[in-house]
Amino acid sequence: MADVHQTREEEVKRMLRPDIVGAGHTPTTVTDKIATVVTAETPKWWFAGAGMAFSMLGVFLISVAWLFYKGVGIWGINNPVFWGFAIINFVWWIGIGHAGTLISAILLLLRQNWRNSINRFAEAMTIFAVACAGMFPLLHLGRPYRFYYLLPIPNTFDLWPQFRSPLIWDVFAVTTYALVSILFWYVGLIPDLATLRDRAKNRFAATIYGMLAAGWRGSTRHWHQYEVASMLLAGLATPLVVSVHTVVSFDFAVGQVPGWHTTIFPPYFVAGAVFAGFAMVITLSVPLRYLFGLEDFITQRHLDLMGKVMLATGLIVVYGYAIEMFIGWYSGSPYEKYMIWNRLTGPYRYAYYSLLLCNFVAVQFLWSSRVRNSIPGLFIVAMFVNAGMWIERFVIVVTSLHRDFMPSSWGMYHGTIWDWSTYIGTIGLFLSLLFLFIRFLPMISIFEMRMILPEANKMKKVN
Amino acid sequence: MAHDPHSGLHGLLAEFTDPEHVVEAIHRAREEGYVHFDTFSPYPVEEMADAQGVHHSKLPYIVLGGGITGALTGWALQYVTSTMVYPMNIGGRPYNSWPAFIVVIFECTILFAAFSAVFGMLALNGLPAPHHPLFGVKSFERASQDRYFLYIEAKDPRFDPERTRAFLESLNSSEVSAVEDH
Repeated sequence: MADVHQTREEEVKRMLRPDIVGAGHTPTTVTDKIATVVTAETPKWWFAGAGMAFSMLGVFLISVAWLFYKGVGIWGINNPVFWGFAIINFVWWIGIGHAGTLISAILLLLRQNWRNSINRFAEAMTIFAVACAGMFPLLHLGRPYRFYYLLPIPNTFDLWPQFRSPLIWDVFAVTTYALVSILFWYVGLIPDLATLRDRAKNRFAATIYGMLAAGWRGSTRHWHQYEVASMLLAGLATPLVVSVHTVVSFDFAVGQVPGWHTTIFPPYFVAGAVFAGFAMVITLSVPLRYLFGLEDFITQRHLDLMGKVMLATGLIVVYGYAIEMFIGWYSGSPYEKYMIWNRLTGPYRYAYYSLLLCNFVAVQFLWSSRVRNSIPGLFIVAMFVNAGMWIERFVIVVTSLHRDFMPSSWGMYHGTIWDWSTYIGTIGLFLSLLFLFIRFLPMISIFEMRMILPEANKMKKVN
Repeated sequence: MAHDPHSGLHGLLAEFTDPEHVVEAIHRAREEGYVHFDTFSPYPVEEMADAQGVHHSKLPYIVLGGGITGALTGWALQYVTSTMVYPMNIGGRPYNSWPAFIVVIFECTILFAAFSAVFGMLALNGLPAPHHPLFGVKSFERASQDRYFLYIEAKDPRFDPERTRAFLESLNSSEVSAVEDH
């Protein structure tokens, strides 16, 4: 964390810290290295990867087509488990997105300039994850062609949304989050789009990038307004990202079902979201830095720091699990007690044990700097967390709903093949968008990399 | 520009390879009495903004206005629909149940403020601007990559094609180009 009482000298030293960008780089080399990824010939592995991603996207389209034809009955949802995979996946995807906003907004406000090389694709990840998340509540509607009833639109029936319900809060929170994330991402892209415009090899590319760059010239006056806008957007995005997962947790916490009705949910969900998001950033950055040879920009130190953030947020999540247990016992409510007992010994106990294995046991390896500095080690822990956070939402949604107050209304829930194909399909959607992004846009913010080079900081004299 | 006495010439552009030299050049240009000049860099350079005296921005007020508008819009939307056009009695709770309205008010505040920040920034910068005479200079394409530029416009009262060129050449610049008006 940034020390608020930091002296100017320490700040300058930190700005010039050599381990967040490889030695010997100048604005010329940084620009070449990152922009060439976009302007060069498409590498062969891209076609292989994008082909796989588009095939998975095809699985999604088929699943959705069948869903539209048959209805939500093709999924495993039943009475009492009405929510099922759709809501598990919604929360999982939304959570993944949160690390992008944390990296781009909160770390910007805290002047953690090591973020400069990972913020661009982390923000892209946010937008794509929110796009995937947004699919699920809509598909789960049953009548997805009437999704517009979620929005306050004047209509001939004179119907309006119920503003006292967390579900409508969710619509506002997620829509705002998606729009603000896109704006923030676009603003960050403007100077780099100008770079691509100026380096474009043909007129078509120059025109497209030129229109997107909106005539950016890099004037000092423009940069000044630009930086003010970035800081304001970061200041707005920070409470927003906290509010989004808080509102998502309200979807549960405002309900009365044991296992949902608890005040720990908002902070525990927000920490879980950042935890899952950092795991996904590591999952994506490890192959990307290798494939594009960007080890000078996404250095060992970045991976180490991301490992530390994952450990810290992971411990908050584990604290949430502990408090759930404690309150289950301390509340004295037989339903709450039973909920805990059911998690530990009921039919879904293996889900709960896997959750503890992934999110509690696996993460403890991050205490060791050897694991944090070993790429396979960190990658394996991140994969455990990706899986663990999905299982966490499964536990929250399914084990809470399947046995609530009355044993006569208990039931069991299993995802069907269509549940799985829709879920895997959204991973395809996510990867397809990601492959298009790394092909057509600079995946590392070029101008922000220039800002942390020695050339940009040599005038910052200690006085 | 019809009133331009140096017809066809929009200004003179000096290129620098080092940010220190451009900061020095800004100080010199101000000493010389030039007012219609601007500098360009591939990333924000604090010292250039300081030298040029660029400190103020109206943007925070625009964003504050946007945020307040958003908050009022969010509250009005909920107040009007919940109390006037579609009142629902839920367990006898007041129609204007404001604590339940906080989330939507908050989200609208952020949404409107963020839009104001982005479009306000673009508007204050006069963007989008598809064309600018500077784009006619080949070397200016490095302003978005790795070079720093000082541009003195022909409309400056102290501008003189020869003397300004000589001044710019005396400034550690690597190249001085004429920018055509088109």
